[in-house]
Formats: sequence, structure tokens, C-alpha cells
Amino acid sequence: MKTLFKQPLQNKLFIPFITAGDPDGNATIDLAVALQEAGASAIELGIPYSDPVADGPVIQKASSRALKNGMNIVKAMKLVPEMRKKGVNIPIILFTYYNPVLQLEQESFFALLRENTIDGLLIPDIPFEESAELRQKCQEHSISFISLVAPTSSSRIKMIAENAEGFVYCVSSLGVTGVRKNFDNSITSFLDEVKQYSNVPVVVGFGVSSKEQVEELSSICDGVVVGSALVREIERLQTSLLNETTRNKAIDEFREFAKTFGSENESKEYV
Amino acid sequence: MSIYPDKNGRYGEFGGRFVPETLMSPLAEIEQAHKEAMQDPAFLEEYHHLLNEYSGRPTTVTLAGNVTEKLGGAKIYLKREDLNHTGAHKINNAIGQALLAKRMGKTKIIAETGAGQHGVATATVAAKFGMECKVFMGEEDVRRQQLNVFRMQLLGAEVIPVTSGNKTLKDATNEAMRYWVQHCEDHFYIIGSVVGPHPYPYIVREFQRVIGDEAKEQFQKIEGTLPTKVMACVGGGSNAIGMFAAFLKEKVDLVAVEAAGMGVDTDMHAATITKGTKGVLHGSLTYLLQDEFGQITEPYSISAGLDYPGIGPEHAHLASTGRVKYESVTDQEALVALELLAKEEGILAAIESAHALSSAFEHAKQMASHESILICLSGRGDKDVHTLMSHFKEEAKHEDTIQAATTK
Repeated sequence: MKTLFKQPLQNKLFIPFITAGDPDGNATIDLAVALQEAGASAIELGIPYSDPVADGPVIQKASSRALKNGMNIVKAMKLVPEMRKKGVNIPIILFTYYNPVLQLEQESFFALLRENTIDGLLIPDIPFEESAELRQKCQEHSISFISLVAPTSSSRIKMIAENAEGFVYCVSSLGVTGVRKNFDNSITSFLDEVKQYSNVPVVVGFGVSSKEQVEELSSICDGVVVGSALVREIERLQTSLLNETTRNKAIDEFREFAKTFGSENESKEYV
Repeated sequence: MSIYPDKNGRYGEFGGRFVPETLMSPLAEIEQAHKEAMQDPAFLEEYHHLLNEYSGRPTTVTLAGNVTEKLGGAKIYLKREDLNHTGAHKINNAIGQALLAKRMGKTKIIAETGAGQHGVATATVAAKFGMECKVFMGEEDVRRQQLNVFRMQLLGAEVIPVTSGNKTLKDATNEAMRYWVQHCEDHFYIIGSVVGPHPYPYIVREFQRVIGDEAKEQFQKIEGTLPTKVMACVGGGSNAIGMFAAFLKEKVDLVAVEAAGMGVDTDMHAATITKGTKGVLHGSLTYLLQDEFGQITEPYSISAGLDYPGIGPEHAHLASTGRVKYESVTDQEALVALELLAKEEGILAAIESAHALSSAFEHAKQMASHESILICLSGRGDKDVHTLMSHFKEEAKHEDTIQAATTK
């Protein structure tokens, strides 16, 4: 099996999520560079989708913006080599709902993942039971198939965690992606159980939106995924990001914001 | 009993369970609870008692004698689901699932609705059982179906207008699923059609099969034989599955009718089997209206209840095996049939059901007088009166214009 991160980890993982094509493809490339500079350990690149049932309003809106710009799964993958040209060397994980994947021939989908240097695949509406075929294909193509585990997973935790690749994505609480004020106390015992079975880093996502939360979670997991908080910042900066004369300044602002979550990792490299 | 779905919730290659991990355990719990309930005589007795005493079953089978005479050809019979309490077949399933929710100890209900019939049915049973009820409904449907919105509110339900996408049923379903992901521990989601992740398409079919079981027995009593054809309209497809379930193994032609809207050669239709391709939406693999990159496209139909870009996975399977034939009927054709039935028989059908009527009338003309067609009249048209008024007014205006132009 392919490992996504150097192990043992020297630092807590910071895995940001951005939507491909939000606000446009060029901005996505520059935002990825900024995220690496801000200490990202890997990037989740979201494929915009018309019916994102696992996502909250912030990411749903980002999807709509990107779709209006004509973004699609094939164009999104082609952004990755552009990111590489600009120096992005951290793992890139494609975050997509299943339907866009299904519409591509499986062989051409995996060929696209490989030729565009994508390292991982995360499909939130493929539960473990439906994943066997894709998992197999991912192994053949050295792509990490990332699994999610939820607070309701209970008796499923062992099965999911034992088979996890890359990292286990622990959903912090019930609900869709989006900012949350605080986490339930039961998160500690939930993460402990996942750690007990997992051979890969245990990462928490859904609702992580502040430095305080990252610090709070740092003691109980190997890293965090930050999505909506960053996407909301991109939404705020969208006009400046779309304008060539103001883009660099907007990227600087975004990088500073992203450092909230990743600054301590800045000097470290995960390849 | 049908052998589908298999243990993975598949109907052939269709169906399954494509949902966020958070919902996997809640779905397994519902599956288990449903399995136990359907083997519990007390549960089944309560379900059938409510169908009879509360909803008014059995609904009748009516010979549409005047229409039959007018069209010539096969005898036309209607299974009158419009006579149910709340005006449509939706109540059969709402009663069943609400009982299941009660059995599981859940007191909070969520539902999605397009035309509002499922929302009304759910709000009704929630009121009956003293449960809290939230109904998600696209803003566009809220506008089109004001009467049903008001009915749900009178029944004590909270109607939540959904503003994403096309603001119709698909978007209401997304929002209901999102809400459920967040509140799955104490809420039961009553899905209104044979769609969604396993076990929903199965549960809904089992609660709707009463339509076909009853109709088959009633028809045999009247005609001493089985009908030549059995027909029903399909959006998600629950009334059709309920009706067909009893006839799948019989020598009976089964025909389902989709909404062709402005025509299947335009982009303005909801003809999922006729024009769709395979994909995953709302938790199951089925036929969908979508673009080449897998983005779901917006369906269109004058009927809010058929305005859905997907179809139940069992229908996808029945279409692929050829057991059921799928046809489509335009807005205009459906309205012509609706008017004919109203004027000849004194029955105002829902626009959804009028799609099945339209196609059935065409079939009847081609058939012999000893043959017969049994149509599921899934609901009554009271809720559509606003839509019908504005349509016929527009049409009258249009005719006036033509007349004015030709008399000049």
C-alpha cells in the first residue's frame, strides 16, 4: 500500500480543502501554492457538484460558483500539473462525489488521476460496502483511497479503520461540512477507538475553523482538515482574486489566514 | 414475493446505498426495524387497521364507462387512490413509515415533498401520532402548491422552503438528507417515493403494494379475469411500483408513464428512463437526467410531483429487463386527458395521474373491446386547481388571439 505521508509524523497534519474553479481555475492554482506555503501537509481538491449532500452551505455555494465558471472533473484534475509547475509538491487528494466519477470510464478516470499526479481519492458518498472495486483499482494505480468514519459508525469503526489508507478522516460530529463552535466531549473516546485500529494518521474534519480548535484537537489526533473556514475566506476575496491587479494581494491575505491552521508546520516537509 | 432487492439493496445493477458514512448505521437500524415489524402481526394489524379506519381503504375500482364508450376499444378501469384520506396514495406509505418511526421510538419526523401530497400525508400522520414534523419543499413548489403548504401548516407541520438549485423536489430532497445527516439520532426521515438509499425503495414498495393487491382482487371480482394492461404514472415511481407489484408475475402488460413536459426532444422534460443515463443520486444507482460530467440537470414538468431527475432503482431494473414498458406524455397531452376524464366521468385527477390517463386512452383506442386497462389514479386534482386555472386561462387567451388574427 502506498503511504501518503512520511511516518512517523514529525508534526500535526494540516489538510486544507478548496473547491476547484472557485472563483476560477487560475486562482485555484495560486491558492494551492499559498496553502503549501502556509504549512499544508496535503490539499483536498474539491470537484464542484450539483448535489453535494455531505456539504454545508459554504462549500455548496463554492460548488455553484465553480460550476457557473464551467469547471468539471476533467478540467479540475488538469489544474494539478499546473500547481506542480508552481512548486506544489505535497500530496493532492481529489475530493469528489461518486456520480462525476461514474460518468468517466474507469480506466480513463485512473489514467487521468495518474497523469495529473494526483495522490489520493476521497468520495464521501461511497461507504465501505460499496468501495471494494475502487479500492482495488486505487491500489493498482498507487492512489490512496481515503475513508471517512463518523460518530455514528460504532460497530463499523474497526472495519473502516483497519482498512484505511493515507489517513482516516474522522467526521467530528453529526452533520454536513461547515463551521462549528465547539465539539462534543465524546470526540475523545471516538478518536481513541479509531486510533486503536488504524495504522495511518487519524485526522479530524468537519467544523474545524479556528486556531483554538486546532490546538484543542491537536492533543487527541494527528491532524485536521479545514474546509468551510478557508472556502468562506475565498468567497470573501473572490472579487480581488478574479482581478489580475489585485490577485497577488488577495493571495497574500489568504496565505496569512491559512497560517492560522498551519503555521507551526511551515518549516516541515511531507512528501 | 419479489426476489428483489438482494442483501445489498440491489435491483439487478441498480439501487444500493451511496450515502455519507454518518447515515450507514441509521440505515441499517431502519432496515432491521422494518424487517422485524413486517414479521410482527401486531404491527401489520395496526397498519391495516389505520389504512381501513383512517384512510378509508379499500379504495374502489371504477369503470370509466363514458370514456370507454367515447374512445372505443378496451374497457378503462381506474384504481381510485384519489379516494384516500388526504387525496392520494402517499398516505399508505406515510402511515407505514410513521408506525415504523414510532416503533423505533422516534418522535421527530422529516420529509421532502414536491407537489405536496407526500408532505400533507406525512404532516397528517405526524399530527395523528403526536410527532413533530418538518417538511422540506422547494421554493418553486411552495409557490405552485400554496394550498398544500397551507394544509401542512394547519396540520401543525413546519414547511421549510428550499432555495438551492431549481428550488424543486430534487433540492428539497438534498436539504432533507442534509438535515437528516445532522439529526439522524432522534429524527426519522420519511421518504415519499421508491427512491433513496436501501432500504427505502424496498420499504416504500412494501407499504404501497396494497394498491396492486387490492386492485387485482377487485378487478378479478368484476371481470372474472386479469386486466390486459396495467398502467401508472412515474416520477420517483411509488404508485406505479405499488400497483405493479401484484402483477409482475402475471401475464399482464405493464406500462409506466413519465412526464415529457414540453417534449422529450427539448430540454424541458422529466423523462428519466426515456432520456436518462445511469448514475448515483440521493443514495442509489439508477437512471438520471445529467450532463456528460455527471452534474444533475434540472427536470421540468407542469406536474410538481413528477418533476424529479431520477427514478426508483426498481423501475430502472424493470426497464432494463423489459418487464415494464416506459412511455412519456407531454404537459399538453396530460391536460387534455385530465379534462376528458373530468367532463365525461366527473372525476378530477391529479396532473400526475393524468399522464397515465393520457397514455392509457391512446392504448385503449388500439385495443379490442374484450380487452381492458387498469390505471392507477394516484391522486385527485384539487391541489392542482391553481395550476389548471392559470393554464386554461392562458390557453383561452391564446385561442382568442388566434381567433382575432384569423377574423381580421
